[in-house]
Amino acid sequence: MKTENQRAWFLVAPVVLLVAFNALVPLMTVVNYSVQETFGNNQFFWSGLKWFEEILTSERFQAALGRQLFFTFTILIIQIPLGIIIALAMPRRGIWVPVCLVLMSLPLLIPWNVVGAMWNIFALPDIGLLGYFLNQVVGIDYNYTRDPVAAWITLIAMDVWHWTSLVVLLTYAGLVSIPDAYYQAAKIDGASPWAVFRYIQLPKLSRVLTIAVLLRFMDSFMIYTEVSVLTGGGPGNSTTLLSIDLVKIALGQFDLGPAAAMSLIYFLITLAVSWVFYTVMTRNEGK
Amino acid sequence: MDGLRFLPRRFWIALIPILYIAFLLLPIWWLISMSFKTTNEILGGFSLFPQTWTIENYMVIFTDPTWYSGYINSITYVVLNTVLSLAVALPAAYAFSRYRFTGDKHLFFWLLTNRMAPPAVFALPFFQLYSAVGLFDTPLAVALAHCLFNIPLAVWILEGFMSSVPKELDETAYVDGYSFPRFFVTIFLPNIKAGVGVAAFFCFMFSWVEMLLAKTLTAVHAKPIVATMTRTASTSGYELGLLAAAGVLTIIPGAIVIWFVRNYIAKGFALGRV
Repeated sequence: MKTENQRAWFLVAPVVLLVAFNALVPLMTVVNYSVQETFGNNQFFWSGLKWFEEILTSERFQAALGRQLFFTFTILIIQIPLGIIIALAMPRRGIWVPVCLVLMSLPLLIPWNVVGAMWNIFALPDIGLLGYFLNQVVGIDYNYTRDPVAAWITLIAMDVWHWTSLVVLLTYAGLVSIPDAYYQAAKIDGASPWAVFRYIQLPKLSRVLTIAVLLRFMDSFMIYTEVSVLTGGGPGNSTTLLSIDLVKIALGQFDLGPAAAMSLIYFLITLAVSWVFYTVMTRNEGK
Repeated sequence: MDGLRFLPRRFWIALIPILYIAFLLLPIWWLISMSFKTTNEILGGFSLFPQTWTIENYMVIFTDPTWYSGYINSITYVVLNTVLSLAVALPAAYAFSRYRFTGDKHLFFWLLTNRMAPPAVFALPFFQLYSAVGLFDTPLAVALAHCLFNIPLAVWILEGFMSSVPKELDETAYVDGYSFPRFFVTIFLPNIKAGVGVAAFFCFMFSWVEMLLAKTLTAVHAKPIVATMTRTASTSGYELGLLAAAGVLTIIPGAIVIWFVRNYIAKGFALGRV
């Protein structure tokens, strides 16, 4: 049992100071911009909730949000089951375990812009391995810089390549921590592999899987660098996700008010969904 | 009889991770193959392996200061960030794992929310904040900015490891007359070595792979390699070989770090904390 001790605040203080400096000051800046209008020359006028109304009702924002939700939903549907299957098929002991773990972690440690550049080169229709293979050997007309569908498929393949390993590692760690006694009991009862998965492994994995879904939701919702390097949001606006659109407005057009309002809406959506997951997770922990 | 049926099934199961790893390695191999080709060969058409192997792309990176200083800058802020994050996260994680205090649960969730802040949201205010305090274009600025998501992560991971150390250890030490700092460094830290390793690994990883903030907070002197790469890609035409070589070199530090912590990764994940 934890003891009550208010002096613990002294131990937490450095963290609070550093994170507050990084989080609160910029957040206040954003809030400040979101309710003001500027005509340059550092002159600002109060504009109330005008930007929020404008953003929420603009077709451009709704379209970007729609694309973002579609992207996040699609990669979750692919990565979570795929990650579970791979983790189940991995060896539990022996020399192949570290080999598998190291090779599978590799994509996670590559800088995100390099991931984008790598897939850009890999998928080039004329000289990239994937693009050349699809065009010349399979015979599909594949060009991700021209065709929105091809761009989306490339984008999703890239994210699956980049992040499925995280789901695999989490699930694998959960599987390894299941005591052998459970499997022996199942064997005595003559349980089928499906029954073992459904009634032993899946319930034991529920915690790590919640974390996996939460992390994948958060990170896929915030994705910027990989997409901006791979497609730059194109062709046209077909792969312009929320963050790409935000950076275009904030740093490209320098529309501070709308960009700040959009930032806050964006942040609040991420926060709300994450909060639901966090509550579910900590509630299960308490049981 | 049983063995005969068993063998093919095991074979099919082993095929799944093998195919997955092959899928993972394919783009990486293509990047490596590209980095050893000459520009003429790359633009000339498709070839599976380099026809004439060249290390010219790598030579450019190792001799041109605008290239190799990018690596030095990146490693500087990544190391700074890892040390800084761990230094402040260790006492905080101890407080969360051992004591109850006013607002502890809310504080913990507030810390985690910063892991959920999209960097795109903070890019512009960060630029203004770090310009205002005079840190713009220094490795320290990037190291501090990356604390936003690395400190919450480090606190979360370390708290898990610390909670698995029995409280009797602390009490015995205090009875024996240890002061808090001496107990923490000489007795407690050795007990959570694995946790410190895992936390350092994730701080290193997330600082190393992040680009948007690193690029926004630097201009000339502290320009990280990831920014050098994007600017080169857009300004000096289509130097794919050079870009590929620079990409290959960014994979190496990560691969080395993974190798060192390979036995701890699964353990760190087993605690359910990332």
